[in-house]
Amino acid sequence: MRIRHPKDFLTGVMFVFFGAAAMALSSGLTIGGAAKMGPGYFPLVLGGFMVVLGSVILLRGIAGAQGSPGWPILQLKPVAIILVAVVLFSQILKPLGLLLSTAVLVVLASRASHEFRWKEALLNAAALTAIVLVVFVYFLDFQMPVWPSFLSGRL
Amino acid sequence: MELLSNLALGFQTAVTPMNLLYCLVGALIGTLIGVLPGIGPVQTIAILLPTTFALPPVSALIMLAGIYYGAQYGGSTTSILVNVPGEASSVVTCLDGHQMARQGRAGAALTISALGSFAAGSFATLVLAVLAVPLSELAFQFGPAEYFSLMVFGLIGSVVLASGSMLKAVGMIVLGLLLGMIGTDVTSGAHRFTFGIPELADGVGFVSLAMGLFGICDIINSLEKRETRDILKSKLTGLWLKKEDLRMAAPAVLRGTLCGSLLGILPGGGAIISSFTAYMIEKKCARDPERFGQGDIRGVAAPESANNAAAQTSFVPLLTLGIPPNVILAMMAGAMMIHGIQPGPRVITSNPALFWGVIVSMWLGNVILVVLNLPLVGIWVRLLSVPYRLLYPAILVFCCIGLYSVNNNTFDIGLTALCGLLGYVFHKLECEPAPLILGFVLGPMLEENLRRGMLLSRGDPSVFFTRPLSLVFLVLAAGMLIAVALPAIRRGRERAFKEDYTNV
Repeated sequence: MRIRHPKDFLTGVMFVFFGAAAMALSSGLTIGGAAKMGPGYFPLVLGGFMVVLGSVILLRGIAGAQGSPGWPILQLKPVAIILVAVVLFSQILKPLGLLLSTAVLVVLASRASHEFRWKEALLNAAALTAIVLVVFVYFLDFQMPVWPSFLSGRL
Repeated sequence: MELLSNLALGFQTAVTPMNLLYCLVGALIGTLIGVLPGIGPVQTIAILLPTTFALPPVSALIMLAGIYYGAQYGGSTTSILVNVPGEASSVVTCLDGHQMARQGRAGAALTISALGSFAAGSFATLVLAVLAVPLSELAFQFGPAEYFSLMVFGLIGSVVLASGSMLKAVGMIVLGLLLGMIGTDVTSGAHRFTFGIPELADGVGFVSLAMGLFGICDIINSLEKRETRDILKSKLTGLWLKKEDLRMAAPAVLRGTLCGSLLGILPGGGAIISSFTAYMIEKKCARDPERFGQGDIRGVAAPESANNAAAQTSFVPLLTLGIPPNVILAMMAGAMMIHGIQPGPRVITSNPALFWGVIVSMWLGNVILVVLNLPLVGIWVRLLSVPYRLLYPAILVFCCIGLYSVNNNTFDIGLTALCGLLGYVFHKLECEPAPLILGFVLGPMLEENLRRGMLLSRGDPSVFFTRPLSLVFLVLAAGMLIAVALPAIRRGRERAFKEDYTNV
């Protein structure tokens, strides 16, 4: 069997998955009746609708006449680096403080570009860290840890 | 004259130095991101939402609105000078605008797009002011059944007018509705889909979802494309229009304005669809359609007027009925709710200064844009030479710091990364994220009205069909679906969207 429109097929799979998950999760909640709907009623109905809709898209993806051809092409480098940089920022913000975290975020995220150059990325990081210090810390007065926690006692 | 006293109140609010400043800042940021391809008003509003928390609600809304219509001005500049649409709504402006620039008439093209936008913006402000009071009074007669049907109508409208597969768009709406249910159920207090995570008890943050799907995801997509921009230097000479140009362009501006004002109000409408429609109308009306695409001034005047008019009239359904007609207005709705204002008919009576202040600020913003934009064109174009590899880390830094400041926790940053991943998957599967955001914003209201309506009718769903206004909305919604399903119209729709893509 050949899948004619892989992107539609995968969309269908995704919708069926989300729909089934919604149905499974809402079955643990009070469902209630049409006149007095519980918290689980509407999500259960939507989940069921989504499973049906996803199945239609899935089947049309296998055999339908029209749709988007070709498997999706993934490039793992940009998506992985950007997401890791963002998650890393969230993890080091409290222990290392805003300024160091910003520098790490900029340098790491810059590596996602195919035009990456060390010198440029470091300069950019320095400039952005300075801007962050002026704009967010002094001007907008955001309440966040600025310096690394091991230094904050002394500064 | 109630209208005059209302507008006077609006002026009092909008002309305070601080609000003027935020209007200027919004218009400038809007122009800036309008000029830069790859960053649109949706992403910018998503990124800047947290920074507006510190402002009073009026100033915040004035600034965010300025970003939206400012982007319509800025987008045309790059379309004309560089043949790169800075905004999706300026794609058609490239066709004739850039041809005009090649013939040495860049100045005339820029001037007519600024003047046309200004005329359209002024008219649209008036439309908003005139329609607001009667529409919001109508909305007061709405019960839960009417609201439910109106929202269904709005959601279906956004599907019909969206490009790409309709089935996928419906699925994205439902997914948005489901995501909107994460958190504490208002009626029963039960936690839904929270997986025991305390941060999710308040639901998925609107900022996290919007920033992940638009801000972060767009950065990843741009990096994959490895785009490098070339800048075509075209000389700017003479901003003045010839009499002949003016005679040709004036009716086009008028038609574009009317078309944009109308399409902006309809659900699913907005700046993008109206600029395409205005261009098509102009081509159909012309006695010499073969001149379009070769630098006809009408091909610049009509779409540029239309997109600006639509950007402003699309505030009508949000401010009077509480229904955002497109994704940018859904962002505005999110911003209002964050500031504790429920968009809807009550805004006019409970917050008249805010309502009329925002409307008047739109007109003032248009004045600012005309005065600023024409002399500053050179600077805007030079901004295009900032390489993307320096720009995107800065955007990421803004996103992350803004996200932390929403609730002072790092959980939101991680959640945004997850939403970014989800957005990436959607992009790869060619699923538009815009309907999802609309579903997410409308979801809680939709469910509440459904539950209230069914409770009042004791479980009898016929209440949605027996109340006349509710029936009208449902019939309109069904009519739109049937119309799109008809083979003839479907082919036309597909052709229209295909044209969009080949022109990009």
